[in-house]
Amino acid sequence: MASCKTLGYVHSLESFGSVDGPGVRFVVFLQGCALRCKYCHNPETWAEGGEEWTAEALFQRVYRYRNYWGKKGGITVSGGEPLRQLDFLTEFFTLARAKGVHTALDTAGQPFRPDDPAYLAAFDRLMANTNLVILDLKEIDPERHRQLTGKDNANILAMARRISDLGIPLWVRHVLVPGLTDDEEGLRKTADFIRSLKTVQRVEVLPYHTLGLFKWQKLGISYPLPDAVPPTAEQVKRAEELLEVSRYPG
Amino acid sequence: MIQFEQWEGFEGRIWKEEVNVRDFIQKNYTPYDGDESFLAGPTEATDKLWGALQQLQKAERAKGGVLDMETEVVSSLTSYGPGYIDENLKDLEQIVGLQTDKPLKRAFMPYGGIKMAEQACTTYGYQPSAELHKIFTDYTRTHNQAVFDAYTPEMKKARHTHIITGLPDTYGRGRIVGDYRRVALYGIDALIQFKQEDLANCGDGTMTDDVIRLREEIARQISALKGMKKMAEAYGYDISQPAKDAKEACQWLYFGYLAAIKTQNGAAMSVGRISTFLDIYIQRDLDKGILTESQAQELIDHMVMKFRMVKFARIPSYNQLFSGDPVWATLEVGGIGMDGRSMVTKNCYRFLHTLENMGPAPEPNLTVLYSSALPEAFKKYAAKVSVNTSSVQYENDDVMKPVWGDDYSICCCVSATQTGKEMQFFGARANLAKCLLYAINGGVDEKSHEQCGPNYAPITSEYLTYDEVLPKYVQMLDWLAGLYVNVLNLIQYMHDKYYYEEAEMALIDTDVRRTFATGIAGFSHVIDSLSAIKYAKVKVVRDENGLATGFEIEGDFPKYGNDDDRADEIGVWLLKTFLEMIKKRHTYRNSEATTSILTITSNVVYGKYTGALPDGRAAFTPFAPGATPSYGAEQNGLLASLNSVAKLPYHWALDGISNTQTINPEALGHSEDERVENLVQVLDGYFDQGAHHLNVNVFGKEKLLDAMEHPEKEEYANFTIRVSGYAVKFIDLTREQQLDVLARTCHGVL
Repeated sequence: MASCKTLGYVHSLESFGSVDGPGVRFVVFLQGCALRCKYCHNPETWAEGGEEWTAEALFQRVYRYRNYWGKKGGITVSGGEPLRQLDFLTEFFTLARAKGVHTALDTAGQPFRPDDPAYLAAFDRLMANTNLVILDLKEIDPERHRQLTGKDNANILAMARRISDLGIPLWVRHVLVPGLTDDEEGLRKTADFIRSLKTVQRVEVLPYHTLGLFKWQKLGISYPLPDAVPPTAEQVKRAEELLEVSRYPG
Repeated sequence: MIQFEQWEGFEGRIWKEEVNVRDFIQKNYTPYDGDESFLAGPTEATDKLWGALQQLQKAERAKGGVLDMETEVVSSLTSYGPGYIDENLKDLEQIVGLQTDKPLKRAFMPYGGIKMAEQACTTYGYQPSAELHKIFTDYTRTHNQAVFDAYTPEMKKARHTHIITGLPDTYGRGRIVGDYRRVALYGIDALIQFKQEDLANCGDGTMTDDVIRLREEIARQISALKGMKKMAEAYGYDISQPAKDAKEACQWLYFGYLAAIKTQNGAAMSVGRISTFLDIYIQRDLDKGILTESQAQELIDHMVMKFRMVKFARIPSYNQLFSGDPVWATLEVGGIGMDGRSMVTKNCYRFLHTLENMGPAPEPNLTVLYSSALPEAFKKYAAKVSVNTSSVQYENDDVMKPVWGDDYSICCCVSATQTGKEMQFFGARANLAKCLLYAINGGVDEKSHEQCGPNYAPITSEYLTYDEVLPKYVQMLDWLAGLYVNVLNLIQYMHDKYYYEEAEMALIDTDVRRTFATGIAGFSHVIDSLSAIKYAKVKVVRDENGLATGFEIEGDFPKYGNDDDRADEIGVWLLKTFLEMIKKRHTYRNSEATTSILTITSNVVYGKYTGALPDGRAAFTPFAPGATPSYGAEQNGLLASLNSVAKLPYHWALDGISNTQTINPEALGHSEDERVENLVQVLDGYFDQGAHHLNVNVFGKEKLLDAMEHPEKEEYANFTIRVSGYAVKFIDLTREQQLDVLARTCHGVL
């Protein structure tokens, strides 16, 4: 394990999360992300920076909320992209697991380096202290993924396979933007990929919303999807069928 | 030991030797730990009656909030013959009895103050009777008149500037819960006999003030008991004997409550903890095979329908304080007994189920006495009803039981009282945030610019320092506490003298415990202001007379509502300091001083009269309600906010610590099952830490906005929301109150 002095860079803390993992959860949002998803609702977490915390101090802060977690709940680390702070994350999850706290990692997988043995060893150490990975699968097609996020997705798919091979439970999420991420072929291919994984417990379609739009305006960045609208209930239902959501009731 | 044939099948002895409903309950109730699948839907009669009542409510709204008013008859136990929801449907009413001769018609109650009674009439376009005016001004006096005759100039000024306000000097103090169950269990004749014994044993013949007063009070109680019998006779019932079955038990009990609401228009007129008591009667009838579940539910539905109909004639200033026409017909379910058995019965489910059978409603103010040790199925059912109706509040049985035992009721919005053994002197609240401005401005009121408090030296430095402000604040607080207690002593004295609650007190032990309920307003703002002074730099903006009118804050500071001990400990200090200042003073009839951090909806009025504060709150804008953190102060979400409130020790605020939170349904979980489970977790975690109270609203801002713009939509007719300690129909709130509700934090992560 890395030295306990690794600093984490935290964007914000949310004491009550109930949709990012099972039960009632404390959600830590880490700062920094390399993806530039066109529909991102947290663009303020892209840049470097954030509040500095040691893993120990953060855990003491979060552990105050154990009364609310019951048998199911626990901690979720989201972002930004939490995997960018792998060492810090591992320290934090190790402390949590030592107290028996359920840990969930909410990631888009971009920092994963499948060809780097040292990285893989570190990643596996994190996974040894992770109870659940919530994987945001943006696009299955590499080209479309690049267009949507600015980055490739081969390493992301490789990460999903490695998590699956390690036997760590997975929730797969897909943000549904009409006309952008809802094409039938893409969704079918995504379903095929999900089916090839062994530990998927739940698949969720997240309907695109515009509640994060004001943040783009605040940051002075022009919003790349000015005309995008949230999907209708029927569109969500169709996507759920294509993604075979009902196969994964967990 | 007395015996009645109506008691056949009931166990126990002590409750037959003395009036002791708790003992009767403990010896006879059947705990239920199953789920809600046994419940029955509304009967045809319930649908018809509720339909008729909804039409009346609609007509009431269309007429500006009052359907009908009495102007000629002074309300008493016997001033009216029988009244029904609908003459054509009266045979369908399982439980009968109205406050007046017509449904939703408001009675004329002058004893609290003839001026107010008349003002209530004229406000709604009714002409009060000239003859009654003459009687209640020339021939006799009323509470309000007497209080104002005795007030000192300092008291009147403090009232005028609203540093002390919301006082029960223009309305009935309420908050006294008669043990209405006694009417059902013992019948009126036995209760009269017990009271006659008390009268015989009152004093040894030495006539001190206390003895004289108490003897007169007992005599008035006995006469009220006799009046209750006559009142019931008008409906064709003889309640001199105990109730013989479930229907009679519900009816007898309701007559007891009806006696209270015919004679008193107190701010809060609670029903009390009746569900487990009534379950004993229902269970006996179910076991005998003379009652079906559907009939049992019908009894409870019809009883609740009556609680939904309670109305009082109120004046505009009252409505400002307590928005949305509330009466606090508070009614409790759940709880755990001293012996560790759950007190949840099937009847606790039936009462919650009324919100499904007849839709959401603000009254009765349904309160779950919560503990994480309650049966899981019950916790889930209550949470489910909450998620779907936003009409339920939760109070921590684990912290109240050690103080009040296992037979307490909630006598107002959130305050506990031992049923049948205790009464409360309700005393509104003192504005501790304004008091901070008085400390800074040397007792000069920032709104009226008058010298209202003592002219201690004001603070003249450009920047506020903690070391300078704190001692001055403590000094000013002590002045305020002294004045406040004395105002209340005066009010309670006059209330006892001119508007004594004989019908309620007749159903309470003669040797009664009295608490003296003070309260705090502006709590979160004082904490954040002191924190800003301590941890940031606060520059004072003064007008040409040197009066502080604004504050410029430089830098960040910890705020109450983020589980940050630096801020939260200021709150704990404030509560303890104020309570000690209250406790060291003499209180009327040697009552026990308590305090509360609950404001009802008066947070809006208090804020309206209070200038800008060092926490950044703008002048003359609403306070946060009760102990709820300030709007916008919370940075770390719901549970951090709950943890801040949970740090306040309940035993320092025995009158209650109210907290209101609104959760977006999407943020609570994806499916109903998830929402229910997560809400139960939140409640478990909050109350296991010793917190006292939580109002739970589950809806999004969009719904509030739409309801504001389209109040006429059918779906909003019964749209109920929880505010500080009670529930209201959202469309009945003033625009100002609606905007205030809207401005409050709606918890939900994007």
